[in-house]
Formats: sequence, C-alpha cells, structure tokens
Amino acid sequence: MKPARFHYVRPASIAEAVLLLAEHGEDASILAGGQSLMPVLNMRLSRPRVVVDINRIAKLKGIALADGAVRIGALARHVEVMRSPLIARHLPLIAEAMPNVAHVAVRNRGTFGGSVALADPSAEMPACLLALGGAVVLESTRGRRQVAAEDYFHGLYDTARRPDELLIEALIPPQRPDTLSAFMELSRRHGDFAIAGLACTLRHDAGVIHAPRLVYFGSEPRPVLARTAMAALDGKAWSPATHDAVAAALADDLDPIDNTFGSPAAKLHLQRVVTRRVLDGLPDKARAA
Amino acid sequence: MSLADDSLEETMAVTMTVNGERVSRAVPVRQNLIDFLRTGLGLTGSHIGCEHGICGACSLRLDGAVVRGCLTLAVQADGAEVVTIEGLTASGEAADLQAAFVERNALQCGYCTPGMLMTAAELLASDATPDRDGIREFMSGNFCRCTGYQAIVDAIETVLRKRRRLA
Repeated sequence: MKPARFHYVRPASIAEAVLLLAEHGEDASILAGGQSLMPVLNMRLSRPRVVVDINRIAKLKGIALADGAVRIGALARHVEVMRSPLIARHLPLIAEAMPNVAHVAVRNRGTFGGSVALADPSAEMPACLLALGGAVVLESTRGRRQVAAEDYFHGLYDTARRPDELLIEALIPPQRPDTLSAFMELSRRHGDFAIAGLACTLRHDAGVIHAPRLVYFGSEPRPVLARTAMAALDGKAWSPATHDAVAAALADDLDPIDNTFGSPAAKLHLQRVVTRRVLDGLPDKARAA
Repeated sequence: MSLADDSLEETMAVTMTVNGERVSRAVPVRQNLIDFLRTGLGLTGSHIGCEHGICGACSLRLDGAVVRGCLTLAVQADGAEVVTIEGLTASGEAADLQAAFVERNALQCGYCTPGMLMTAAELLASDATPDRDGIREFMSGNFCRCTGYQAIVDAIETVLRKRRRLA
C-alpha cells in the first residue's frame, strides 16, 4: 500500500494556502498531522491530485487565551493540547478527554484542527468543541468567517467547511469556575475508535443541576447535542431517578449507526451506560472541585 | 500555480539528520518516511506492518517525539531530526531496555520489537512513572502478536523502576 501519485505543495503562509485551495478545491487534500489522511492515501481510498501540506504555516500553531476565548491553532498537536497548562486550567473537559485520543505516537503528530476538520464520528475533539460551545474560524480567498460548533458539524465527515476553506483555529470560551465537566468513552481497547462516548458540562447549585450540555459521539454520524436528555437533567437534583430519566430520554436524541461495532440498540444501551457512569461520578467530582 | 505533468513521479530535494548524520536526497513526494529510511538509506531496523497507523511496527523518533513512520511523508521530514532503532541502539540510550527485553523474554518473532523499544524509550525519557496499567496504556499503540504483552510490560516496568531508583 503506497499512495498514488500526487503533487505536493508546501505553502509558507495562510494567504498562499488559501490561494492553492481556491485553485484546486476538491482536487486538493489538506495535510496537517496526517494521522487520518495518510492511511486513506496509503490505502488509495483517496487519490487527491494535490496535497497541500500546511505544517510550515507558523500562524496556525499555538494555544493562547485572548479576547475572552481560548484559541487553539489548527496545527496545535494533540500532545501540545494535552500538556498545555492553559488548557488544564481553562478547558478541563479537553484535558480530561485528550488521553483518550488515539495512542502516544498519533497524539505526537495529529492536530486539533485536523480532527475538527475531518469530523470523524468517533473523534473526541469535535464532541468537546460542541459541548463547550466553541467555534471554528475558516478562511478562503473570499475572506474569513466564524462558524459555531452547533452549525459546523453536518454529518458523517461532513462539515460547514467548503473545499476552498482552510480551518485556521478553534475559539472556545473558558469553562467558568462553577462549571463541572466530564468525559467518558467506551472502546474495544484504550485509544481505539470510540463506540459510545459523552462529553458534558453543567453547573450545579446546592445539588441542583443547571444548564447541562450533553454531547454524544461514537454512535452517531456526528456529535449530537442531546436536547431531550438535557431537558430531563436541567433543574433536577442528582439521583438515580434523574439519571434513569436522562438515560431514557436518549432514545429521542440518538439514532445510532448500524455497523460492525454494533447494532443501533447495542449502541443506545452503551450510551446509557456511559450516561449513568458519568452522572454517578459527578457528585464526587463536584465535592473535589 | 502550474503543476507538472500528472503522469510524472514528482520528487523533491530534502535534507534531514538521520541518526546524527546529515543526509540530502531527492525523494518521491508520495514516499512515506519509513520507506525512505528503509529503501533509500538501508535502515531496515524499523519495520513496516500495517501501513495505516494501527500496528506501531514503524515507530521512529521525529524531532524528539515518537511517530508512525508510515503516516509521515519523507518530504515532511525535510529539516528534521530522525532517530531510528539503529540510532537509539548506537547511542546506548536503550541498552538497559534492550537487555531487559532479552532477560524477560519480551520478544519472540521480533517484528514489533523496534517499534516497542522506540515507544518505550519515550516513556522512559519522560518524567512519568506509571504503574503497569499506565505502561499498558502508553504502549497501547504498538501491537505484538507473540508475547501477550505481559513480558513487554515486565521489561519496561523493570527498567522504569531502575531508572527512577525505585528498585
């Protein structure tokens, strides 16, 4: 298995990269960390005419807190995000999720932007971005636009990004000190593709839960904000009855994919297992916070 | 920008440091780093397994971090520092680890071993001291079809404890 022939271009700036994308559009593949693109090139499942390697574009790198948002550059590698004190402090959900992203060698190379741009249904970062109410910045020769995560993930590997647009960065509001977050996924082996998973944030006051955001991934074509389950949790106290009601509500929010990892019914069951485990663990987490 | 004829094998001149030596070559742009190292430079210590990033047999060090040699293009290593199992062995960095693998029977056919050593070397070079579960988690991206992993974890744990002066 070796990639089919392609032309390789290595733009040094965002301006140069978006010019290339404007010219080649759907004939071009953007190469960031390559941890998902390279396998499909090696297997020749994808045969782009042009590979645009964005790894040398300095402005796509780094993690910073500016204007009230955490900016994660598209080229920030998973390992950088995982080790970032800024992420640990302001986005503990992402810090908690990151060790679940693949394996060490893949995290050393894979990028935050690449994960969000590809929108693999079992990927952790798209789910976190949606749970945290973040946004992505896209740029083309036509200009720059910001798309909220809620409008960005359209379906299986399908996003709001157009073929001539480059994902520049993610902008994520810092978690408030009174926000609790939790992340859990189920996979066959640590680091493998998640079959079921939940990224969530919520606030609590004297044992009452407010403004929960529950995002399910792995079982669905795209990360799903589970609005019925959220409504079943909002304003309630932690209790087995509440947790059961949330788990039951999931039937209205989720429509799991049928594939070799399991039937829709099995995946709905697993998402309920994840939900109960996360909710059961949150009171202890709240006390520790 | 105009591109060359699609039917031609496109190459690019690259310079990188491999195991401490500077090398300059023209490489096909579609060639994976692992293939360049093995066929271009004759460094056959790193193995090719699945070629899609699952098995870890091709693990090598790129600019100080362990990566999949099959998921990086050779042209992307232009200007980079690459260390393969040959370099890791020559430097003596993994001598204790290699001895522990032999002592603990942490290899049978040996196909996964170079990749195992490259990944374990990153754990040993870090400041982490994980327990056995943590070692398994760190090594979870490297497949072994012979040993059942127990002996590999034994070997890494032994060296980890020695290096951290815990045993």
